[in-house]
Amino acid sequence: MPQRLEATNDFVVKFANVNGSGSASANELFARCILRMGVPVASRNIFPSNIQGLPTWYEVRISGEGWLGRRGGVDLMVAMNPQTWDKDVASIEPGGYLLYDSTKPLPPSKFREDVNRIGVPLTEICNRTYKDPRQRQLFKNIIYIGALSALLDIDPAVVETLLGEQFKKRPELIAKNVQAFKLGFDHVREHLAGACKLKIARSDKVGNRIFIAGNDAAGLGAVYGGATVCAWYPITPSTSVAEAFTKHCQNLRVDPETGKNRFAIVQAEDEIAAIGMVIGAGWNGARAFTATSGPGISLMQEFFGLAYFAEIPAVIFDIQRGGPSTGMPTRTQQSDIFACAYASHGDTKHVLLFPKNPNESFSFAADAFDFAERLQTPVFVMMDLDIGMNDWLTEPLSWDDARAYDRGKIMTAEELEKGTVFGRYLDVDGDAIPFRTLPGTHPTKGSFFTRGTSRNRYAKYSEEGSDYVDNVQRLLRKLETAKTILPKPERRDAKEKTPYGVLYFGSTAPAMDEAMAKLEGDGIHLDVMRIRAFPFADEVAEFIHAHDSVFVVEQNRDAQMMKLLVNEGAFDPARFISLLHYDGTPITARFIQAAIAERINLNTHKEAAE
Amino acid sequence: MTYITKPKLRHKGLATNELGFTRRDYEGSISTLCAGCGHDSISSALIQACFELSIEPHRVAKLSGIGCSSKTPDYFLGNSHGFNSVHGRMPSVLTGANLANRDLIYLGVSGDGDSASIGLGQFAHCVRRGVNMVYICENNGVYGLTKGQFSATADKGSKSKAGGINTDSPIDLVSLALVLGASFVARSFSGDKKQLVPLLKAAIAHTGPAIIDVISPCVQFNNHPGSTKSYDFVRAHNEAVNRLDFMPAKAEITVDYEPGTVQAVTQHDGSVLQLAKLHQDYDLHDRAATIKYLHEREAAGEVVTGLLFLDAAAEDLHTHLNTAEAPLNRMGAKELCPGSAKLVELNATYR
Ligand SMILES: Cc1ncc(C[n+]2csc(CCOP(=O)(O)OP(=O)(O)O)c2C)c(N)n1
Ligand code: SF4
Ligand SMILES: [Mg+2]
Repeated sequence: MPQRLEATNDFVVKFANVNGSGSASANELFARCILRMGVPVASRNIFPSNIQGLPTWYEVRISGEGWLGRRGGVDLMVAMNPQTWDKDVASIEPGGYLLYDSTKPLPPSKFREDVNRIGVPLTEICNRTYKDPRQRQLFKNIIYIGALSALLDIDPAVVETLLGEQFKKRPELIAKNVQAFKLGFDHVREHLAGACKLKIARSDKVGNRIFIAGNDAAGLGAVYGGATVCAWYPITPSTSVAEAFTKHCQNLRVDPETGKNRFAIVQAEDEIAAIGMVIGAGWNGARAFTATSGPGISLMQEFFGLAYFAEIPAVIFDIQRGGPSTGMPTRTQQSDIFACAYASHGDTKHVLLFPKNPNESFSFAADAFDFAERLQTPVFVMMDLDIGMNDWLTEPLSWDDARAYDRGKIMTAEELEKGTVFGRYLDVDGDAIPFRTLPGTHPTKGSFFTRGTSRNRYAKYSEEGSDYVDNVQRLLRKLETAKTILPKPERRDAKEKTPYGVLYFGSTAPAMDEAMAKLEGDGIHLDVMRIRAFPFADEVAEFIHAHDSVFVVEQNRDAQMMKLLVNEGAFDPARFISLLHYDGTPITARFIQAAIAERINLNTHKEAAE
Repeated sequence: MTYITKPKLRHKGLATNELGFTRRDYEGSISTLCAGCGHDSISSALIQACFELSIEPHRVAKLSGIGCSSKTPDYFLGNSHGFNSVHGRMPSVLTGANLANRDLIYLGVSGDGDSASIGLGQFAHCVRRGVNMVYICENNGVYGLTKGQFSATADKGSKSKAGGINTDSPIDLVSLALVLGASFVARSFSGDKKQLVPLLKAAIAHTGPAIIDVISPCVQFNNHPGSTKSYDFVRAHNEAVNRLDFMPAKAEITVDYEPGTVQAVTQHDGSVLQLAKLHQDYDLHDRAATIKYLHEREAAGEVVTGLLFLDAAAEDLHTHLNTAEAPLNRMGAKELCPGSAKLVELNATYR
């Protein structure tokens, strides 16, 4: 008998399924059960660009210590897809477990000597109990959840409560699901007691945190942030932002008296039209956004430039993925940094925000509308598939009722009537942000003609080079103002003084937290800084200057963030060590830890030899 | 916000409209287009139409793409906000603007290159969505601003000033608009103000997309003999199906056409269009027959002008979206933000 991995509240379960088989909701039920037992989980979907038939995986990391990044490796594989069987079996850690459907006998060559087999005759149980093929398929998923619960000591009462909540509106389904759950649960209790040494024990480490996907949170953030116009074109992994906005608007934004919508959502004919609508709405004073991914960002380029030069507020959620369109649409990356920071033609530069988790996806989404209107410019919320489409355990969302929307500098009819001087591109108070008027404000004062750049401070037509320079210099100064209001970077210093710093951003955060704790445990000390916005705050430069070597951890091939730093801060590239993870899976603590330790040990040895 | 307009003191002799504005209040910057350009005549017709309708100038938003035609919103309604956006994308920008504030009048100005070449997709989609707007395509069959290349409305076989022959089939925006479900479709000629001004007035009063294809000769690049978009050609081949008179909702309705040839059509806002039919068998409410008729006349070498199709009871995008009556851009946190207590409830659903 192989060795058996033993662990309580600290292991990885991976489900291998076929896309479209109804496994997703069963697997999510599994993750929620563990959360309800007070044990933190991090779950990730690995799915194909396909609706039915291709393989899909769901990975659940159970971490009593609360590490939410992807760990890597699999301790218990729930192998429900014959297509991927060999690869799935090969990925199990030695001493790990393989839960499989044992209805049809499999030759010994299909197994590994060093992996523990847990066979449950799922198909047989299903066929015995259900006649309808669709029911057989669906309940098979619940049966393996029952089996898992018995193996891992998940409290069946918790599962029943969750099923009750899930099917509140269709109570006839509760008993059926509970029955299926029991079939699996009882089978394991009877035949496989003690087969697995991985256990869930009740804990209190979840607290009041919630389990939500970043796109859902961002859609809700747009509702709280006062967005009224959403124009979008479907593209994975961004679609669920618009869908979430729609869902939350229907719930929260329908006038109770008239039944009319305080929002307008248009599925545009393409991304060019989507961003055009957003810019038209922003020009006209509504808070408007689009959600897209890399291919959409490419199509929107011309309009980004127009919005930048004509100074029109717009919010763009970029849920990043691998490129191009036939690239890795269902895999995560942070590879649109260049495409967004300098989007469009001419001398442009844009505001980017980098939320680290769904909680920040919510708050940055709402803040983005304030920044866009204050700065009168497009604001990009740079998310990725990992944050956007996976449920993450995150702090509950919060809102300050005293908060007012910052609508920026808008000159009113009263001010115009009083005779206040209006120049659309006039910097009246030194922050480089001019006043704007909204269409329809005053019968004879304050109207202007919006065009790209061929105009003077009063929006009168001009092709003078000096007017152009004056304007684009002001636009640069406006980005200095941006630095003062955008989210500051977060810095955590090591317990001991160190020549090493680490910069990171976005969805790398949970893996980074864990890697830093482990490195510290190994006596390797680094100061860390999480970048939250571009243009970079001055603190970022201070941090870089304060260290001999700075690791920049990112999820793309070309070290885009590092190069952006070099470009903007005129730093010596030799200061930086890039740690790049870009195979489409979320970055892991193991990767970061190993890469940093290797580099630092290498340096220490070099020093010793010198 | 509707601002109360105060009639100004006027020079004697300058005619004023109901609001006390003169025609001059509807003018814009001095045009920089070529002398004799058809586009300038269209601007002037727009000024006349808005003046006669007594529209508060600032209640209009003018949007355009890129081209000589798209420059023109600077040359009329100087008290209105204008937006010279990007090539071929006026419809999307206008749609967004309209979603933000349904209370303004939206004039979309475009060219044939802007609408039928680079912007054909956006043209089609704003029509099928039913955006409430006046869509004017200033159609000269060429790219004026980039100096005379063929546009997608250039006739097959037509000759460019540089001597090239167009071998591609033309796109007829009028037929296309009909197929796409536009509720107001007209064609006119920049040189025929008598026809154009009432058409523009009717289009402004119309709810839904009002498409007007205005043949507008380019004196630089497409006014030579043999061009079907030249002054001479259109004057010689113009086949008007009706003559239009526009009565605002409040005006007393008088019929001064020959009985039997006049048809009165009431639009959504109560305004009345009086149509003097020049062709007795022409029915402007029959979409399919209109398409057929247009194709027949085109084959006979005629350019049909007039109000070609009208669905006076059309709905617009806001109706489809069930948007609130109050403009979205006027709503604040009170109307839009669900507040912290609601968020506490929502958090509970994610545990
Ligand atoms: C994306 C893009 N491509 C090309 C151009 C160059 N361009 C400017 S105007 C124009 C054609 C305009 O033709 P039309 O819409 O018919 O207007 P006209 O000048 O004839 O009134 C072109 C191709 C541009 N501005 N933007
Ligand atoms: S080039 Fe043609 S379209 Fe342009 S302004 Fe001159 S005449 Fe008009
Ligand atoms: Mg043209």
